[in-house]
Amino acid sequence: MIRPLSPADVARRVARDIPDGSYVNLGIGLPTLVADVVGPDKEIVYHSENGILGMGPAPAPGQEDPELINAGKQPVTLLPGGSFFHHTDAFVMMRGGHLDVSVLGAFQVSETGDLANWATDEAALPPAVGGAMDLAVGARRVLVVTTHTTRDGRPKLLSRCSYPLTAAAVVDRVYTDLAVLDVGPEGFVVREVAPGVTPDALQAVTGAALRFAPDLAVVHPD
Amino acid sequence: MIDKRVATPAEAVADIADGATVLVGGFGNSGVPVELVHALLEQGARDLTVVTNNAGSGETDIAALIREHRVRRIICSYPRSAGSVWFEQFWRTGDIELELVPQGTLSERMRAAGAGLGGFFTPTGADSLLAEGKEVRVLDGRRQVFERPLPADVALIKADRADRWGNLVYRTAARNFGPTMATAAALTVVQVRQFVELGELDPEAVVTPGIFVDRVVEVAP
Repeated sequence: MIRPLSPADVARRVARDIPDGSYVNLGIGLPTLVADVVGPDKEIVYHSENGILGMGPAPAPGQEDPELINAGKQPVTLLPGGSFFHHTDAFVMMRGGHLDVSVLGAFQVSETGDLANWATDEAALPPAVGGAMDLAVGARRVLVVTTHTTRDGRPKLLSRCSYPLTAAAVVDRVYTDLAVLDVGPEGFVVREVAPGVTPDALQAVTGAALRFAPDLAVVHPD
Repeated sequence: MIDKRVATPAEAVADIADGATVLVGGFGNSGVPVELVHALLEQGARDLTVVTNNAGSGETDIAALIREHRVRRIICSYPRSAGSVWFEQFWRTGDIELELVPQGTLSERMRAAGAGLGGFFTPTGADSLLAEGKEVRVLDGRRQVFERPLPADVALIKADRADRWGNLVYRTAARNFGPTMATAAALTVVQVRQFVELGELDPEAVVTPGIFVDRVVEVAP
């Protein structure tokens, strides 16, 4: 029986791949869960596009500072050693290759590492991009966290993205509720699968040809 | 004698002309110069091009400018947010033009204007719809798009403290676009929480030197 990973389990699996001492930007949504599950054995410096390094967790109720917010506009705190800087410097960090890891959500990822995470084909809403394109091209390593399929069961990992691209050939690794996949010259290579997921079952819900690592393993989140 | 202090937000924005390009600081509700924007609303300038990260929410500041038909065009990275109803309504009916710019490119285009540069190439957005109509070159093995500077007539920003020379320090993440916008406009107007005497700000910690600032006004929190 297939047992998809919970969002917290996916976050724990991502956290394992983030080395101690990394400078990391977590995108809005699923990626923010990663900060909650990184163990105390690692010192990770979180970056926020609005000018924060060393961002800490949400403040206790009543302690919110309306001007100290994260990219999702939620109140946050500053850890000892943290710093504030202006927007251009915040994006120099992103665009200039200074961040070690960027963890992003996605609507679609292609087998060549193209990322679509800023616009769908929905014309009723005004477009909005924020810092998505800067993060996708600038970080040294781009990790994507997403469900393997859409709510109505359509694949999000594809031979080619149908939604407008955020950036081309930028994604290094994808973590879904069903698998961990590397993106490289040979397309998607499945490294790990969730408990009960067979290669055939995974291929059936993926829109690109999959290769499976010879040492294919079952995901252990911790 | 240099004294950039003015008495009221109304006085600080009195000469902003119809058709002006206005940079407005802030990220979400952090660092928005609310009182200056409200003074601009009262002042009545129309046909404005507003450059800002978000497109306002609720009924205040930029949302109010849009609601009162003062904004012809908005240049921003993320106009869609909780409560951005006035922008969305005007956008649907074609009553406001939108130029969508990746956030880092928005900031860097203003920096380029402030630094006297003619533009820059960046990989950000080079393979996206936002590069349409722009020059794309392969530089150092990467596709990069040419982006033009974004100069303005006026910048409205918020800082924490200022002296009469216009030296500024900011508070937490409210700093955001302020220091860059201050360099990119012909007239930079700043609202601060508190005026201090010349010499009171630690020169090692001044974030925006007064050369980039034209007017400061104290707005009690």
